Amino acid sequence: MAMLEVKDLEVHYGVIKAIKGVSFEVNEGEVVSLIGANGAGKTTILHAVSGLLPKSKGSITFEGTDITKVPAHKIVSLGMAHVPEGRRVFAQLSVLENLKLGAYTRNDKKEMESTLKMIYESFPRLEERKNQTAGTLSGGEQQMLAMGRALMSHPKLILMDEPSMGLSPIFVEEIFNIIKKISSQGTTVLLVEQNAKKALSIADRAYVLETGNITLSGDANVLMNDESVKKAYLGE
Amino acid sequence: MSFWNYLINGLSLGSVYAIIALGYTMVYGIAKMLNFAHGDVIMVGGFVIYTIMNGAGLNPLLAVLISIVACTVLGVVIEKVAYKPLRKATPLAVLITAIGVSYLLQNVALLIFGSDAKLFTSVVNMTPISLADGQIVITGETQITIIACIIIMIALSLFIKKTKAGQAMLAVSEDKDAAELMGINVNGTISLTFAIGSGLAAVAGALLCSAYPTLTPYTGSMPGIKAFVAAVFGGIGSIPGAFIGGILLGIIENLSKAYISSQMADAIVFSVLIIVLLVKPTGLLGKKYSEKV
Ligand SMILES: Nc1ncnc2c1ncn2[C@@H]1O[C@H](COP(=O)(O)OP(=O)(O)OP(=O)(O)O)[C@@H](O)[C@H]1O
Ligand SMILES: [Mg+2]
Repeated sequence: MAMLEVKDLEVHYGVIKAIKGVSFEVNEGEVVSLIGANGAGKTTILHAVSGLLPKSKGSITFEGTDITKVPAHKIVSLGMAHVPEGRRVFAQLSVLENLKLGAYTRNDKKEMESTLKMIYESFPRLEERKNQTAGTLSGGEQQMLAMGRALMSHPKLILMDEPSMGLSPIFVEEIFNIIKKISSQGTTVLLVEQNAKKALSIADRAYVLETGNITLSGDANVLMNDESVKKAYLGE
Repeated sequence: MSFWNYLINGLSLGSVYAIIALGYTMVYGIAKMLNFAHGDVIMVGGFVIYTIMNGAGLNPLLAVLISIVACTVLGVVIEKVAYKPLRKATPLAVLITAIGVSYLLQNVALLIFGSDAKLFTSVVNMTPISLADGQIVITGETQITIIACIIIMIALSLFIKKTKAGQAMLAVSEDKDAAELMGINVNGTISLTFAIGSGLAAVAGALLCSAYPTLTPYTGSMPGIKAFVAAVFGGIGSIPGAFIGGILLGIIENLSKAYISSQMADAIVFSVLIIVLLVKPTGLLGKKYSEKV
């Protein structure tokens, strides 16, 4: 059984149907990527999975538990974290306060401290700037903070929405290295990206989304060599 | 009366405004709405104390505690029944609802207690302090009011800085969806904010009615508006702003009454607000954050 199973998902914004019956799954240990153009519905799908948006049809199952109707704040403690599009760090709070909010659902102080240590090891910049207000960080640093904050809940599955958006090439490289590291440490990753080349290079499998429908799916290295994917998403 | 007396009385009135303004500013910061019924919760608190002390003859401290509990519950119920269903509505619809709730509370009080002013027995029983050979007198009410305001300010700041629930409030005030993603129950946090704000309104009611001992269904209305002005003056959404705005407003009002004209005092207060907002649209301590991409 897959870790995350999305079946026939439909999501509406008012009368507009943004997601038109999408099914996909993520297995434990995988990096699965969801690629698609602007407005395809990637963010909408992630919001539906993590409980921020109501679903009009279909079901979502996480580790065997039906979470279709579970509100977002209860999903975190089941072991799913979400790094939202545009980072959404708490700009007026310090880096450390942001990280602590990431562990809001955890009660064991000791375990929390050790997770914090691990995060500081992966993101030394965050430790250097722990007392700085998050709003004053650079875009790349904010992305690291958003990832660190999600990891503070010690998730089994992490959803990431365009982590490379708006970053310089060096930062993009660094962010993707960190995603690889997160994956190698045992966290399952569902990655939404417009940078399809990068995303496919680190993913095991991928789904291609077009205006609310999945049009292609398969092994990442197969999709990378698919003519239509090359043309539409890899700019070749 | 000397200047110092006016100043101290202004400080005391300002402390009451500050306590009320805290409720306004916290609710605005977290629910992004102006709760115009906030002032009327003060009046309800006053009537609860009045009824308990005159009817049941309980001791004042107990009456105040019961009033705090009653107002806390009232605040949470108002939020659940009147505002929560409008979470996704336009700000104007919410504002009109809040004004409706304000009239509702006033009219219910009118039905129960009538429109004639009740004489409120002070809940404070402390000897006045007399300084400078009796030139300056600080009443028990004034002492308690200033002390209460300082304690509330410190306690609230610590609560927000040091507790998980306080940090959750800050997170919700910045970004509700991101807060949900942290596992924070946003609705619960909004309820908690209304509970704290309304509990503080009850404290303000007890202090206000003790210092100015007439109680009518409209008692909360003017202090409510003044406290709202204080919150905007200090920077709406900012807790230290509410504190400073409240204190300054009380002092300006009292000094205007003493040295300029008691009829003009309110006009002066509002003029100061307008001038401050012209110079600094976000209020004294209000900040605008520009987010980086
Ligand atoms: N709050 C909203 N109200 C109405 N329509 C919305 C809303 N959010 C998104 N949409 C619409 O839903 C569709 C999918 O949007 P979504 O944000 O999921 O796309 P995306 O694939 O994440 O795009 P991008 O790569 O630009 O982030 C778009 O047509 C968008 O206009
Ligand atoms: Mg998106």
